[in-house]
Amino acid sequence: MAKLILSLEGSVIREIALDKERVTIGRKPQNDVQIENLAVSGEHACIVTILNDSFLEDLGSTNGTLVNGNPIKKHILQNNDVIEIGKYKLKYIGEAPAAGQTPTEDFEKTMVMRAPKVASPRAFGDTQGASAQSSPGGVMTSPPKPAAPTTLAGPAHAAAAPPPPRPAQDVLLAAIQILTGPGVGKELELVKNLTTLGKPGVQVAVITRRPQGYFITHVEGAIFPVVNGKTLDSQAHPLNDHDVIELAGVKMEFFLKK
Amino acid sequence: MLNLSSALEVATATHPGMVRSHNEDSIAADSEIGLAVLADGMGGYNAGEVASGIAVELIRTEVKKALVDRKPQDMNGTSVETLLAEHAERANAAIYQAAQSQPQYSGMGTTLVVAMWHDNKMSVGHIGDSRLYRLRGGTFEQVTRDHSLLQEQIDSGMITREQARHSQNKNLVTRAVGIDPTVEAEVHTYGVEQGDIYLLCSDGLSDMVSDEDIQLTLTSLHANLPLAAQQLVQQANDNGGRDNVSVILVRVARYYPAHTSWFEKLKSWFG
Repeated sequence: MAKLILSLEGSVIREIALDKERVTIGRKPQNDVQIENLAVSGEHACIVTILNDSFLEDLGSTNGTLVNGNPIKKHILQNNDVIEIGKYKLKYIGEAPAAGQTPTEDFEKTMVMRAPKVASPRAFGDTQGASAQSSPGGVMTSPPKPAAPTTLAGPAHAAAAPPPPRPAQDVLLAAIQILTGPGVGKELELVKNLTTLGKPGVQVAVITRRPQGYFITHVEGAIFPVVNGKTLDSQAHPLNDHDVIELAGVKMEFFLKK
Repeated sequence: MLNLSSALEVATATHPGMVRSHNEDSIAADSEIGLAVLADGMGGYNAGEVASGIAVELIRTEVKKALVDRKPQDMNGTSVETLLAEHAERANAAIYQAAQSQPQYSGMGTTLVVAMWHDNKMSVGHIGDSRLYRLRGGTFEQVTRDHSLLQEQIDSGMITREQARHSQNKNLVTRAVGIDPTVEAEVHTYGVEQGDIYLLCSDGLSDMVSDEDIQLTLTSLHANLPLAAQQLVQQANDNGGRDNVSVILVRVARYYPAHTSWFEKLKSWFG
């Protein structure tokens, strides 16, 4: 379960579990998280939690709500986000699968949600809207999700959270230099994951950048590319520093930029 | 029945990915009748494979049967949409019954995306978060709109597309085949242009490879469709391959009108 850690000037005051669909923050006593400070509005902000995601919304407070130093109106909370309300800070710790399990396996499995409709469009913006949302517990059907662990640590979560698709940046930058023909001396940096070479309709090859390095593959044409004097087949061929490629009558050198 | 195999070029690839032990995706493509079906199964043990397998096999064989005695002229957007919706419904009933009668299949289900090319058009039906994209000229677009919690959150303005990339709720679909006694496929028909490339894929591709990289791959490798399909799967795996990944690519090599006057015939020959 996700939680908030409330602190003032570096000293922790308490932890707040986000165990309700809607947790309100404000100066008035009816709030789930009451902060008695004049810089805090009566009804300052709220956090709506739907399954694994928590959404923070400022409820039109006088002095505003900051996340990681930036004022926000609505914000989807990420692990370790710091919410600032007046002089108070609330650190958001997302839900983490227990260490030792294979989190990605179950975590990423497609599951179906059944009616009643979840997250009705207006419920989030409506301060009275908490009841408009169905309880997340009842809407998931098989396969059942493993019981959500409640203990967590920052790094464990960071490892389990699905990273966005990443380009193969850990590979050294490489380039092609033309050795013969009218373009002699020209250099082409391989900045994309795929770079095509040759003449469309005549002969084309592609150089792919992968985590393991660079590969050349024949794409079209009756003639296959030649690397260091050897004609390739239709399989991808790994490229090494200073390999010489012949393609559509042009020689070129592949090299790594250091 | 019109044979579309000279008008449509088709390539497919499917892979379990780098994490999963087995492949719960099922795919089928038939360029003769202009049909492509992709399903991403879910459920314990091997139930996911069973569900997606039933959906794809039933739709492939039954749609083909239904087409045999149909004249190409009778195929229009509405009749094809009905055909696809009916067969999605039949697949739903078959999976639902199997899940009810056999305890090991209890709760199994599958997403579905099915596309059919007919009379210079394409009809697509889908349920869940398997997608159809189109590359036309320099524009790469997602044609289907996911039936997922995330899409609902985007539609309601709760989160932006950029935030959606980091959401933890990527895997929750709001509609699936075989879970309830009935299901409604969302079906639409679009005009086709020569040179269009259509991509049907499971979320194992769209979650792992950005739209920009998919577009770059299709643009660079359109002359070699099988290589493009392999390349897409490889990119998903290079980026972590956390799910099964399946792709079907269909390129419209030439027009395929149902009403062939001598002039249109001539035009399509030279098209």
